[in-house]
Amino acid sequence: MFSGFDFDVIGRSLPYLFREGMAFTLTLTGIAMSGGIVFGTLLAMMRLAKFPPLALAAGAYVNLMRSVPLLLVIFWFYFLVPWIGQWLIGATQPVRVGAFLSSAITFTMFEAAYYCEIMRAGIQSIARGQVSAGYALGLDYWQTMGQIVLPQAFRNMLPVLLTQTIILFQDTSLVYVISATDFLGAAAKIANRDGRLVEMYLFAAAIYFAISVAGSYGVKLMQQRLAVIR
Amino acid sequence: MISIKNVSKWYGSFQVLKTCSTEVAKGEVVVVCGPSGSGKSTLIKCANGLESFQQGEIVVNGVSVGASDTDLPKLRAKVGMVFQHFELFPHMTVTENLNLAQIKVLGRTRQEATDKTMALLKRVGLESHAPKYPGHLSGGQQQRVAIARALAMDPLAMLFDEPTSALDPEMINEVLDVMVQLAQEGMTMMVVTHEMGFAHRVAHRVIFMDQGEIVEDAGTNEFFGSPRSERAQQFLSKILQH
Repeated sequence: MFSGFDFDVIGRSLPYLFREGMAFTLTLTGIAMSGGIVFGTLLAMMRLAKFPPLALAAGAYVNLMRSVPLLLVIFWFYFLVPWIGQWLIGATQPVRVGAFLSSAITFTMFEAAYYCEIMRAGIQSIARGQVSAGYALGLDYWQTMGQIVLPQAFRNMLPVLLTQTIILFQDTSLVYVISATDFLGAAAKIANRDGRLVEMYLFAAAIYFAISVAGSYGVKLMQQRLAVIR
Repeated sequence: MISIKNVSKWYGSFQVLKTCSTEVAKGEVVVVCGPSGSGKSTLIKCANGLESFQQGEIVVNGVSVGASDTDLPKLRAKVGMVFQHFELFPHMTVTENLNLAQIKVLGRTRQEATDKTMALLKRVGLESHAPKYPGHLSGGQQQRVAIARALAMDPLAMLFDEPTSALDPEMINEVLDVMVQLAQEGMTMMVVTHEMGFAHRVAHRVIFMDQGEIVEDAGTNEFFGSPRSERAQQFLSKILQH
């Protein structure tokens, strides 16, 4: 059945696929995850703030990001980031931003909206009395958040945060619109160069599948362990 | 130490506190009792600014709680509070629970804080539980840890919000014993509780609240011997008939 195919192309291109492509994909996923969780947590705190302008601004941002297709956001940021950079540092011409930096910023900003909603639910899951106890000891808002609320919220939400990260890992393949060479992009380049579309796309799908399934399984294991600790 | 003057509070159009006034002098133990929903918990939460109020004034150790320029965290650090549901931090060990605010708020070193912590845990009889997490302790033990956590700040006064209401009956006494000892050492205490035996034993004064009002504010013997108001009489007969 596979007589017309040449699967050797995979073996030949493995170093390129992983050292270039997968390195890009994993670095982008890592940056967007950590940046997105930090920024998303700040957004969640803003959304829950008692100061209406702050809550409204954060709410508007989150709703906007969650209502626009990621593909469009990547596209727009790619063209906007140089101009924003120019405006920020007052340069005379748009700042050159590579595909990697542009996608790192885009994914961080985009994923922050989703991580925000997860952290918001996490913060709300912490009993009001915990906050009162922190305040009663003389801790201020930031100390109460940082020492008492967020560590517990983060722990409660860890499985959901990681599940969102698996989605993020798959979504990074959309950087093809700005011609960045992530894992899928690398596979596509080889596929087109050698005329081995079926082989390369099958292989790429298998790798995304394997990593995502392994990640989900890891989350499941962690969930069971967390359930024991609590 | 704690002076409450004409304090009123509303939730929307519902008035939970109606021009409440009372004083707690240094070294005095005052028990606040009354039916549920009478506003007694709300009143003591106003005393350290955990609840806001719209009218009146509360002065604690010379500082006005409701004033906009009051440094509330600084004030709260001097007033210990014990909650109905303990509110220990479940992600920290007992030692970390006691150390946290000593280090973050009082600026003690980890060593100073831990020394204080161990001394207090010994005092409430729980030094062997120092490395455990709150989830592994019984309710009575958790509440004793919570009292120790408040004492670690060397508070000028202690507020207790129904400290034994969430406990199984056999654990109530171990907590009350700690509180009695504290009272005998001269700690200024404001205690919301239904434990009339405790009130009888250590309280200098008893405040009876109903529907947001302070109905009766009398010396302990006077309160139990001859409550003046009909509502206090009814409440006492209900609570003491067993």
